[in-house]
Amino acid sequence: VKPKNQRLGLLILAIVCVLGAVLLAMSALRDQAAYFYAPGDVARDGLPLGRAVRIGGMVKARSLKHKKDGVTIEFLVHDETTNTIKVRFRGIPPDLFKEESGVVAEGRFQDDGLFVADEILAKHDENYRPPEADGEKHRSGTLQ
Amino acid sequence: MIAETGLAALWLAACLSLLQLAFGVMALRPGGDSLLRAVRPVAVAQAAFVAIAFLALIQLFLRTDLSVALVAANSHSMKPWLYKFAGAWGNHEGSMLLWVTVLGLAGAAVASLERRLPERTLIATLAAQAAIGLGFYAFLLFASNPFKRLAVAPPEGQGLNPLLQDPGLAFHPPTLYFGYVGISVAFSFAVGALVTRDVGPAFARAMRPWVLGAWIFLTLGITAGSYWAYYELGWGGWWFWDPVENASLMPWLAATALLHSVTVLATRDGLRAWTVMLAVVAFSMSMVGTFLVRSGILTSVHAFAVDPQRGTFILVLLALYIGGALTLFGLRVGTVKEGSTFEPVSREGALVLNNLFLSAILGIVLIGTLYPLVTEAAGVKVSVGPPYFNLVTGPIALALAAAMATGPLLRWRRDRLAEVAARIALPILIAALALFVLILRVPGLRILPLLGLVFALGVGAASLAPLWKRNLRRTPLFTWGMVIAHLGIAVALAGMASETAFTKERLVAARPGETIDVGPWSVRFDAVDPIEGPNWTAIEGTLTARRGNAAPLRLKPQARMFSSPPTETSEAAIATRLDGQLYTVLGKSDESGRWQLRLWWKPFVTLIWLGGFMVAFGGLLALVGRVWRERRPRRQLEEASA
Repeated sequence: VKPKNQRLGLLILAIVCVLGAVLLAMSALRDQAAYFYAPGDVARDGLPLGRAVRIGGMVKARSLKHKKDGVTIEFLVHDETTNTIKVRFRGIPPDLFKEESGVVAEGRFQDDGLFVADEILAKHDENYRPPEADGEKHRSGTLQ
Repeated sequence: MIAETGLAALWLAACLSLLQLAFGVMALRPGGDSLLRAVRPVAVAQAAFVAIAFLALIQLFLRTDLSVALVAANSHSMKPWLYKFAGAWGNHEGSMLLWVTVLGLAGAAVASLERRLPERTLIATLAAQAAIGLGFYAFLLFASNPFKRLAVAPPEGQGLNPLLQDPGLAFHPPTLYFGYVGISVAFSFAVGALVTRDVGPAFARAMRPWVLGAWIFLTLGITAGSYWAYYELGWGGWWFWDPVENASLMPWLAATALLHSVTVLATRDGLRAWTVMLAVVAFSMSMVGTFLVRSGILTSVHAFAVDPQRGTFILVLLALYIGGALTLFGLRVGTVKEGSTFEPVSREGALVLNNLFLSAILGIVLIGTLYPLVTEAAGVKVSVGPPYFNLVTGPIALALAAAMATGPLLRWRRDRLAEVAARIALPILIAALALFVLILRVPGLRILPLLGLVFALGVGAASLAPLWKRNLRRTPLFTWGMVIAHLGIAVALAGMASETAFTKERLVAARPGETIDVGPWSVRFDAVDPIEGPNWTAIEGTLTARRGNAAPLRLKPQARMFSSPPTETSEAAIATRLDGQLYTVLGKSDESGRWQLRLWWKPFVTLIWLGGFMVAFGGLLALVGRVWRERRPRRQLEEASA
């Protein structure tokens, strides 16, 4: 092999490989990225079923209920609209989780509109607020 | 007075770094030879002054001088000594000062130790180092002065984030910074070689110890950071694909690729432009790592509150660094001559494969990490988490492991497929046997953990194969290093697969006196008691864990309340056994007197970090072995000339 040809071959191989990785990544992102929904979005656009999403807003006052098993909680999340999402979470909620403060949860919607959270996002610094929980205006959902 | 001294030293160091750059550039121009001798001493002086500035900051923290804004915002007079000391870099300004200090010291080390390179290439290297340093000095002096005084000193400091009040803080950030800085030194060598058109084996041999050193520190930093997150956050996970974790993983991936291609360049004089390109990529990734974390645009545990102006400054610096590096590469890559060639089936070929897989993983992690930023600019909020990263990187990582198993068994330049197959037959047999046994004996095992275990066994066997039929006493140290590092990867892979496949979890609300079973353990919840620490109070649970006839274990998980700043954290209690860890977390109580308890039994989880440390130790052996071997000819040379 001539050195020049080998170098060209390696260059092409590298470009193909990196392009392949980029395409793979983009197609996986389409399915695997979790989009963010506020209660108003769900009311407007319908339930995003069948994929992991994040929801966020404020925990409604006096809506937090502890289930009998002692490790499951249910609460309502609301935003500046009058809509709410009912959330169920099994686990130990983060220390900063309380009524009338911001919350972001990751999980899936059930057909009946109940959001089953796998994780309640906890950030452990009192200065830290997840940007989604600031109640700022945002559009969400479609990226096609 | 200490703060003023520190600031003055920082300014002086910045000026010296400007001088180092100017001298370096002038020395390389025609007729500038007289300046060649001036650059090395300037680099040493710069390091001395920046070290003084850093020591001054540490002194301020140890004294808790609350008239300094940074100390007042991040320290507290009642804090334990270690956290006052480590707290000096447990904040934005301090950590940037640490970065630039390490950079300065590395520059001084290059200036005073490196004698193999042609003088002009070395001077160009030092000038490149100064240019990198200048950006950091500007950032410190204009946008994040650590020595700023307050008009009125507050009576007490605001304290350090309790999550950071852990011995890990003294170890984890400096280790990663050593790694980032080491990569920037490697990049400076690449710049030096590009500028003087001197890309070849000599340059590769000068650069290799720095790449190896940086890679060892990154490996240690990532391993330690993973274990720290594992026991401190109380979620039982060891890798979250958090943007900041990715920011440390990406430079590691690039450095791993560079480490292997620099070996080809040093040994076989192949992959010249390729190696320089990887140095540029690795440097870019370490800048992305440093700056994405510091700019606060990524939301994470590590993102201390940062003002947006500072974020802009950082992004401009980032663009300048990466843009400059790529431009220089683009302009000069044409002058790099083709290296020597090789057949596809050869050690070089396997290393190219290694580089391609690593680059692909790097690209996938980079895209996943930056994707939320891009969509957010378009007004759509998304988060990218483990489902994406595990799905896409998992299969490529396994392919990479296969390449890693085969590569060391290949000859340089040209090898024959049939002979290679004979050498790799035994490991493949072991892997196939493992696959067979696992499918039969462990039904319901998911595909990725299954393949992980199979590959771990096969790769582990293959990584030992280079020692086969060799005189072990005469095997060079760097070969031992390679074997141990590759074995470490297999060990870590086994730990990850085992943890993913076999972890048992229980989450219950229990009253004292109740017993909970998790995996092979039966855990009795004995009591809860209030206790008090130096700057916190806590509720402490007492658990007694029994398994078989062995002596029972006592575990004491805590829920801690810190007073300054007022924060609650949970301190997991972990019992380590040879075959795994029992991990316990105490949650909250309810009205009826029950406490939430979360228990995990994680078989062989410790292999993950054991493997990580083996990889780093292997790197250390290789580094020592290389430096030792390459030292000898030089000494002979000096003796001959004396």
